Amino acid sequence: MEFFLLLLTSGIAVGGVYALIALGFVLIYKATSIINFATGEFMMIGAYIFYTCSVLVGMPAIPSFIVVMAGAGLLGLLVERTILRHMLGQPTISIVMVTIGLSSILTGVAEMIWTSDFKSFPPLFPRAPIIVGDLIIRSNLFWGFVVAMTTVAIFALIFKYAKVGVAMRATAGDQMASFSMGINVRSMFTLAWIFGAIAASIGGLIIGNIGGVQPNLGGIGLKIFPVVILGGLDSIGGAVLGGFIVGIVENLAGGYLDPLVGGGAKNVAPFVVLVLILMVRPYGLFGRKEIERL
Amino acid sequence: MALLEVNNLHLSFGGLQVLHDVSFSVEKGEIYAIIGPNGAGKTSILNCLGGFYHQQKGEIAFAGDDISHISPDRRAASGLARTFQNIALFRGMTVLDNIKLGSHVHLKTGLLGAAFYWGGAHREEMKLRDEIEDEIIDFLEIEHIRKQPVSTLPYGLQKRVELARALAMRPQILLMDEPVAGMNAEETEDMVRFILDIQEERDLTIIIIEHDMRMIMDISDRIMVLNFGRKIAEGSPLEVQRHPEVIRAYLGTKK
Repeated sequence: MEFFLLLLTSGIAVGGVYALIALGFVLIYKATSIINFATGEFMMIGAYIFYTCSVLVGMPAIPSFIVVMAGAGLLGLLVERTILRHMLGQPTISIVMVTIGLSSILTGVAEMIWTSDFKSFPPLFPRAPIIVGDLIIRSNLFWGFVVAMTTVAIFALIFKYAKVGVAMRATAGDQMASFSMGINVRSMFTLAWIFGAIAASIGGLIIGNIGGVQPNLGGIGLKIFPVVILGGLDSIGGAVLGGFIVGIVENLAGGYLDPLVGGGAKNVAPFVVLVLILMVRPYGLFGRKEIERL
Repeated sequence: MALLEVNNLHLSFGGLQVLHDVSFSVEKGEIYAIIGPNGAGKTSILNCLGGFYHQQKGEIAFAGDDISHISPDRRAASGLARTFQNIALFRGMTVLDNIKLGSHVHLKTGLLGAAFYWGGAHREEMKLRDEIEDEIIDFLEIEHIRKQPVSTLPYGLQKRVELARALAMRPQILLMDEPVAGMNAEETEDMVRFILDIQEERDLTIIIIEHDMRMIMDISDRIMVLNFGRKIAEGSPLEVQRHPEVIRAYLGTKK
């Protein structure tokens, strides 16, 4: 039982971080209907910016964190303005291919700037493990979870209540009607990319803090994909739940199945669950029914 | 000076001539109707006015300013509101949220303040909400459905919510694309009453496209008739009904 609870809590903690990265996909998809396959690389760049600020420049954690957000936002802005704006009206598959190409470019650029060596951060959070009853939770997992959930909550509040959030939801719903409401649809697209990149970069920062950073950190983005599909591509709540499901399933499979099959179950189990859920609900747990499948 | 002046509008898609040399002007406070057989170019005119289509030639002047090269959102913000032929409500949202989006353009709080929903933004929002509730919702008699998601409402009510959203923009000109299409007699009657009341109480200028001839003849001050992208007649309902070109366009000619 204790082993189960241990797996469950670390599953939830990791799941929270997955949810945040999934949000990186969702924020962009919601407004623009584009699946950004470079989300993982946005994470990786975020982690490297943090590494640069805190290790190379020697800045304290909080200012470094702010630089990460600003840098990621700028990256999102540049990508949208210089590349994707010209792709407006092109077939979805072409745009998706562009984002895949972008992911390779970003990986290459990261290798050129920071080399392919493994880099690690100074610890971001207090070292002492968190003890709840009999459970011991690793401190960077716990604090990572807290930061991730706070970020998700802030984005959710913006979407629900703030003027820009409401305008972005409207843009996602009906572009022509949004234009007719005086909403500047194009700047909403830009904003979606900025938000998406910021969400992903904070996720990358947390992952980098747990396991260090190297240029192929973005591969985790693919692991997040089941989370996004599971929750429905356009649902923030779905991303959160999907994150938890994948985090928990992964940890339980790692704890119980890996010793039996000799490893690997941890990586496969989320995809098995994904396929099973999609067989019952092809549009994800919370997605709109008319959603496009790729 | 007319509130809206359209001069020599030409619009084509590839080889297809959609609008050919269409000119008209609409006076403040007028109900101006555009009619014509299917494919005559009626909705294309609205799309040119709204900024969704870009005419190859011709000018559109709104309150004296040429708006031909302004983006659709800025045209909307400057006082052109619109309802759509196929209802374009935000389906996942409630009636109230939809209507509030209409007043979106009037929220002045900057990006940051609004993003975090601090004091000023909140107060402004509450004030706006009260205004909308008092005026428009009461006026259009949709009090009972405020909190409902729009996708659950019957067609006639959805049309009314769309009108409410357009009014929340506090526009100078309201463009209505087939406001009573697909409605039953009772719903049509309600809508006609609302349109007349709006025009009277708010001194709003309305440009309307509709196939329901009885309704058009009842409410319009002036009517323009289009056929194959050309203006074939313009005048009061009576003049238009007697116009030989109009009769030919609608009834055909004897061989």
